[in-house]
Amino acid sequence: MSTIYSVTQLNTAIRDLLETSPPFRNIFVQGEISNFKRHSSGHCYLSLKDADGAINAVLFRSDAMRLKFQPENGMQVIARGRVSMFPKTGAVQLYIAEMMPQGAGALQIAFEQLKKKLEAEGLFAESAKQPIPSMPRRVALVTSPTGAAVRDMIRILGRRWPLASVVLFPAQVQGAGAAESIARAIALANALSDADVILCGRGGGSMEDLWAFNEEVTARAIYESALPVISAVGHEPDVTIADFVADLRAPTPSGAAELAVPDRAVFLDTLRKNEGRLAFAMEDRLVTCGETLFEWEARLKERSPIRLIAERRLLLDGVIERLENRSPRHTIAEMRGVLAATKQHLTLAAGQQVRRDRQRLTLSAQRLGGAATARIHGARLRFSHTVATLDALSPLQVLARGYAVVRAEKKAVVDAAALSVGDTINIQFHRGAADCRVTNIKKGRKA
Amino acid sequence: MAEKTFESQMERLEEIVRTLEKGETPLEESIKLFSEGTKLSATLDKLLNQAEQKVTVLTENEQGELTEEPFDTEGEA
Repeated sequence: MSTIYSVTQLNTAIRDLLETSPPFRNIFVQGEISNFKRHSSGHCYLSLKDADGAINAVLFRSDAMRLKFQPENGMQVIARGRVSMFPKTGAVQLYIAEMMPQGAGALQIAFEQLKKKLEAEGLFAESAKQPIPSMPRRVALVTSPTGAAVRDMIRILGRRWPLASVVLFPAQVQGAGAAESIARAIALANALSDADVILCGRGGGSMEDLWAFNEEVTARAIYESALPVISAVGHEPDVTIADFVADLRAPTPSGAAELAVPDRAVFLDTLRKNEGRLAFAMEDRLVTCGETLFEWEARLKERSPIRLIAERRLLLDGVIERLENRSPRHTIAEMRGVLAATKQHLTLAAGQQVRRDRQRLTLSAQRLGGAATARIHGARLRFSHTVATLDALSPLQVLARGYAVVRAEKKAVVDAAALSVGDTINIQFHRGAADCRVTNIKKGRKA
Repeated sequence: MAEKTFESQMERLEEIVRTLEKGETPLEESIKLFSEGTKLSATLDKLLNQAEQKVTVLTENEQGELTEEPFDTEGEA
């Protein structure tokens, strides 16, 4: 008996069938866009049709956002997606993952298919990537010998790392036979194998211009290269199969040159730092050695025989001193000492005696002085008395008694012999005087 | 270029610097290392500052023989 399906069961069965059938799970469909409608949710609904048929299609918001062009009705496209059924309506639909305008689309499909194939083979696997030497001595360029790309690469390599030599393996990078030319150059670079790394690429251009780098021949040559390969194709947004299979992808030829060699400025800086560290470490070492030397020298001196001898001598001196304290010589010396002290004491005492005597003498002298003064006083008294007595005997008193004074030339005459006959003399009386002439002189003795 | 690569000489210099910085080597050895380091530093400096990039082009003639010749980038317009 045949199974009876409900509609839902039928639709579910059809959907399951579609979703598990390999061709429908990932399919490329070529057609013309019609009934294009962008819902406010961001999802896009459309039909793809050709001369004889049509199929509904859905482009979910996230996939719609990745489109590199604006879909329009009447546009010929190639869509990639899966086929399934919407159970609510039973409508079979194409769920589009990617879509591109036809024309470029043909190449894009080839690109996608080769990419898928090589990826499945493991050509892009991280484990297949070779490490890029950090400091290559020789860099091989696989590119066109003419054009800006080769000059840019050589210039940047020379500026950053002139220590690395550059060897160019000329290759035709566009047109018929370009891929084979590139593959041959890569193989040649490997055969000579004195390079450390290969830069493979060309300058920017259209997708067709870059096509040689999207070909299997090129991809396999890069993959098989024993030398690590840096891809250097086109401009930043261009992505080629060569980029996926290369050991390192650079966005441009110049970028590849930058990635291939170190920057000598960095090394010069490192070198300067190392020089500084070297000098500092050496200085530090010398200072440390100096300090150690100083310390050991000090410790050595502490233990030197000279010092030991000096220490022993000190001990010996102590012993000798103690010994001498008990020797007869010391006793004599001691006695002498006592004697000297006594002597000194005596001298001191004698000195004191002398001083005392001197004091006494001074006192006596003073006393004597006093006595003398008294005597002089007495003498003066007696002298006054005598003067008084003498006064009584004054010549005036004598004149009063009848005596007269004879003067010649105002001098008193006491000897007649001093006079000559004829001299005028003056006679002074108690009252009045008279001038007289000498008439006779009688020389003789004192009256 | 000397038989020793730039890289190995740079590594040697760094090794010397690290050894000296540890300060465990005898003085005489330290002086030898310092002298070696200073020489290396001068050599490396010279290499970096005076190196002249050498560019050649490798071509195959009709007989399939390879020839390596200087490549003149200035000649290209």
